[in-house]
Amino acid sequence: MIDVQKLTKWYGRVLAVDSISFHVDKGMIVGLLGPNGAGKSTTMKVLTCFQPASSGRASVAGFDVLSQSLEVRKNVGYMPEAVPLYPEMRVREFLAFRAALRGIAARERAREIDRVAERCWLSQPENMLNRRLGELSRGYKQRVGLAEVLLHNPPVLILDEPTIGLDPAQIRAMRDLIKSLTPDHTVILSSHILAEVEQTCNHIIIIAGGRIAANGTPAELRQKVVGPSRVVAEVRGCEQAQLLEAAKKLPGVIDAEISPHGNWHRLLIRGGENSDLRNDVFQMAAGRNWQLRELRREVASLEDFFVQITYQQNLRTGQRLGATA
Amino acid sequence: MTKTLVLARRELASYFVSPMAYIVAALFLMGSGGWFFSEIFRQGNEASLRVLFDGMAMMMVAAVPLLTMKLISDELRSGTIETLMTAPVTEVEIVLGKFLGVLALYVILLAGTAVYLVLMALYGQPDAGVAVMGYVGMLLLGTAFIAVGVFASTLTRYQLVAAIIGIAVLALFTLVMPWMVRTASAPLNHLAARLNVMAYFQDFSRGTFDSRGVVFFLGSAVLFLFLSVKTLESRRWR
Ligand SMILES: Nc1ncnc2c1ncn2[C@@H]1O[C@H](COP(=O)(O)OP(=O)(O)OP(=O)(O)O)[C@@H](O)[C@H]1O
Ligand SMILES: [Mg+2]
Repeated sequence: MIDVQKLTKWYGRVLAVDSISFHVDKGMIVGLLGPNGAGKSTTMKVLTCFQPASSGRASVAGFDVLSQSLEVRKNVGYMPEAVPLYPEMRVREFLAFRAALRGIAARERAREIDRVAERCWLSQPENMLNRRLGELSRGYKQRVGLAEVLLHNPPVLILDEPTIGLDPAQIRAMRDLIKSLTPDHTVILSSHILAEVEQTCNHIIIIAGGRIAANGTPAELRQKVVGPSRVVAEVRGCEQAQLLEAAKKLPGVIDAEISPHGNWHRLLIRGGENSDLRNDVFQMAAGRNWQLRELRREVASLEDFFVQITYQQNLRTGQRLGATA
Repeated sequence: MTKTLVLARRELASYFVSPMAYIVAALFLMGSGGWFFSEIFRQGNEASLRVLFDGMAMMMVAAVPLLTMKLISDELRSGTIETLMTAPVTEVEIVLGKFLGVLALYVILLAGTAVYLVLMALYGQPDAGVAVMGYVGMLLLGTAFIAVGVFASTLTRYQLVAAIIGIAVLALFTLVMPWMVRTASAPLNHLAARLNVMAYFQDFSRGTFDSRGVVFFLGSAVLFLFLSVKTLESRRWR
């Protein structure tokens, strides 16, 4: 449904998207996950034909975004990040305008508007459709934006941060709504929040600094990114240096460190992938008659991975900013 | 074509809820009314109708850019350009839609000045030829002025800047050119005469039909609408 190959976008001398490639099949809900400035919105702007890429190719619904732009735009519903709306228009008037622009026949417009209003929780307060867009709260603007996107029933939906600004109940409702769009629609949405993407999407693309850092189903990603496991233990009855030396000698240990915790030594050991050092640690303590009060294995979560990526990107951009300043 | 009309309708409707449109309309009608009544007493019926049209044309130098300044600028500023340009509409449709929306408002504004003709008809014999040709001239001048305004609006996201650019360009052709015709020397004053909006317009306001004027005004309109489309297209590439 969507195919992106070596897509690169420069804004002047800023490299916003750096040669990314990915593929989205029909009926998938794909989450573009990444920190601020990762290039999520830029990617979406290229896919929706708002801006051309500097190099690389992208096709949506079988049409090339550059040479068949009009066809792509007919097949895509796009909700931009800030949900820009005409403040002076009324909700119904705006939806009718967009429906007309989408070529929906005049006699079908009212029905379509009622359908999307119902679906996007706009039919509730009686006068909702007669309110002016400029007077709506953030969440309601978001709903109008979504209703607009669903008006012409496009096969592909591109939603830039669809849940930002919604209240918790609405976030859940939005999530359910997006899930209900499959398998007829293909959805790409962006977010900074891992938990949200994990719950809504069946495919996650993590991007940072304009590059794809990881790409797969939530389960695949968890497998892939669950890097070295860690064992935490608290030990007493020995010198710190002694403990450190012993710990580092354990088989398969990559790294160990110790911090004081009351009158206990808090030991942190990083082992190889999928290793479990708990028994080795226990044997070490028992063999030397040291006291052991905690022994726990920590598996890195997707969250850790994402935070790490975010942190690295911030570090890099920080350096870049520092270099140019 | 239908999409152009959909866009034009939205544009026209937006003027009816915008204070700027009412302010410009009020100032224009008050200005042309005041001009008309002061002239009618000074010169009598004959000349006043022509003077009325000339005055109206001059007022459009400021009025049209104030009406057109928001067209694209405001879409750029508010970000609605993003939803507009990702809808299945072409740049030509966008520019033409905006153009026609303002043109409709302009015609409504002109229709308001028909009151003066009715008043004149009550007290005397206004020249029908001057009246008809005057309005034809106003319409032609309007298309060119609005096209300039649309173009100015594609250049910047700041409405005020768009208005200033529009007024400056229109003032150049309406006020500076006549002055250059009078003061500049050989090749320059000939050029100025060919670009002088008021010279073309005054053929109409005298009650004659001038095909060179039609070509000049419609040609300028096409030129500036073309430039608007190109500027809008190039926006994608930035
Ligand atoms: N119009 C623009 N002109 C110049 N630079 C831009 C422009 N738009 C985006 N950028 C830059 O491109 C990079 C990627 O921006 P983008 O908006 O795609 O990030 P994002 O992932 O959507 O971030 P966020 O989560 O904050 O929305 C950033 O460094 C940003 O500063
Ligand atoms: Mg963004």
